[in-house]
Amino acid sequence: MFLRTIFTSLIILLTANFAYAGGKLSVYHWFEYMPQELLDKFESETGIDVTMDTYDSNESLLAALKAGKLGSYDVAVPGDYMVEILAGEGMLDTIGDSELKNKGNIEPQWIEASFDPGRKHSIPYQWGSTSFSVNRDVYKGNINTTDIIFNPPDELKGKINVLDSQGEVMALGSLHLGIPQCSTDRDQLKALDSLLQSAKTHWASFGSDIAKDVLVSGDVAVGMIWNGFSSKAREEGANVEYSYPDQGYVVWMDNVVLLKDAPNRQNALIFMDFLLEPENAAAVTNYAQYNAGVKGVTKFLEPALATMPENNPREGAGPGAFVAVCDQETQEVYDQMWTRLRS
Amino acid sequence: MAAGAGSGRTMSSTFLPVRFWLLMPSWLIIGFFLALPVLLMLVYSFLTKEFRGGVIWEPTLAAYDQFLFDRGLFGDDPPQIEWKYISIFLRSIFQATGATILCLIIGFPTAFFIATRNENTKVIWLFLVTVPYWVNLLIRTVSMKFLIRDSGPLNELLITIGAIETPLKLINTNFAVQLGLFYSYLPFMVLPIYAALERYNFTFSEAASDLYAPKWTILRQILIPIIKPGIIAGCILVFVPSLGAFLAPDLLGGAKTFMIGSLIEDQFKGNAGNWPFGAASSMILLSLVMIVLIYYARAQSKEQV
Repeated sequence: MFLRTIFTSLIILLTANFAYAGGKLSVYHWFEYMPQELLDKFESETGIDVTMDTYDSNESLLAALKAGKLGSYDVAVPGDYMVEILAGEGMLDTIGDSELKNKGNIEPQWIEASFDPGRKHSIPYQWGSTSFSVNRDVYKGNINTTDIIFNPPDELKGKINVLDSQGEVMALGSLHLGIPQCSTDRDQLKALDSLLQSAKTHWASFGSDIAKDVLVSGDVAVGMIWNGFSSKAREEGANVEYSYPDQGYVVWMDNVVLLKDAPNRQNALIFMDFLLEPENAAAVTNYAQYNAGVKGVTKFLEPALATMPENNPREGAGPGAFVAVCDQETQEVYDQMWTRLRS
Repeated sequence: MAAGAGSGRTMSSTFLPVRFWLLMPSWLIIGFFLALPVLLMLVYSFLTKEFRGGVIWEPTLAAYDQFLFDRGLFGDDPPQIEWKYISIFLRSIFQATGATILCLIIGFPTAFFIATRNENTKVIWLFLVTVPYWVNLLIRTVSMKFLIRDSGPLNELLITIGAIETPLKLINTNFAVQLGLFYSYLPFMVLPIYAALERYNFTFSEAASDLYAPKWTILRQILIPIIKPGIIAGCILVFVPSLGAFLAPDLLGGAKTFMIGSLIEDQFKGNAGNWPFGAASSMILLSLVMIVLIYYARAQSKEQV
């Protein structure tokens, strides 16, 4: 009798536990990047409970996973270069060939992505660009140059916020100098270092999660920012113009990845399929105002998005470039520069 | 006193056989939550860093070397004294000192005011001091940012009443950081000073006053020396957490330059990903704080002799 009670309670406990695990999904995501309505829709369609934590840079995502968070999240949304790094660190699970029924919805040019050829670990979430926006009430001159950030005119000195994102700052700095990213040439690296040192004296603050807010409030007049975030700032009443500089700008793509040791792997795949539905991908785009890498979204998009200046590089703008992944030696020099920049 | 000591003796003999087990919880707490993490940091600070965060289990002094010596951008110049991190530490000490002084200037009169109210209203005043601290530190720091920004209510008010013409540049300055730290830790100053004043016998002041001592002399010669332990405790309680703070510097100071807290944070969750160096910086910070505390403890015990 006694044994049987124990046995039944164990069964109940185990099944209960399974049901519990079966109904959950744990997402590690950027801040302000997922519309609540879409999460609600996912929950009501699938009955899966979603919990979401947020981070504010690719590097802090990596750090959290390294520090032991791997195994507690199912999916995360790293940028292009971070997908490559995470895959290299063995932190991503492989998506089997037939496991995503909507994989065919990915736009062809994003299937063979340089950072994840064949999309073994990831699906597109959104893509966009990083450069900077200028408050047109404060400065009316030419903003089509990275000089605005690195060698600003007097009106803008001391009124610049820069993203707290080493990869993007280094990439934009390299574009400004016209040197390759992750250069191993010492003179070029020295030039980049002294550029940052001299530019820093004109910068007011570093911050990514505040990037939109400081433009809207007028704390700064120039902000390094992502294109969609800038259009949100404009919608919130800031008279800001997003620049596509002559020297070029940073292009990025955020991707939903399947993390290794995901506690709810099956639900993670359901979530990825859900995000590959054109209607849902469009919902994210309507919210975040970037671009989906998914076919057939156009009819679900708000018409204003197509003509939005932030989403349409001007004629004659420099080329867009992904942030490159540096080898260890160069990365250590970059880390040195970054600390020098901040001390 | 004698009765107390006597009962103490019987108590200890009653509990002697189980004393070990009764002390267990406190040992566990100290061991598990204090000694173990610090020890872990100490060990990590002597390990080799792994590329992109993490450690390799090979002992090295590289982290401390990085703190003390500058070998140039590429790590192969002849070593020079490294000022980068020392200046971060000095800046943090400067900010923490500023915050402590602000807390003392506001905290001491506040504590004095509360201690001199009658018994019933004292409770209300003390309660009021703690009310803002029911709100999360992050929220308080962000609201401070809203208050003092160029287009914030403070500047608008000052402009409206004609006190200033252009907005005061407060946000992203050292003063903003000190203000934020001051606001974060003010009760840590008020409460110990209040506790000391509570025990202060105000008839001393009256006696001095009867002997024609001016108010300033009473304050300087009698009140302050007697409540000095409270003041020092308050200063330490404000100074030490301010030293390692990173919320206020990040949000109010613009995060443009690292403070100790943000330097360490960056090693673990930011761009640098250098755990041993983060651990080493923490150990150096810890040693500095220990030196201050030991110095204080010895000064105290000397005074009591």
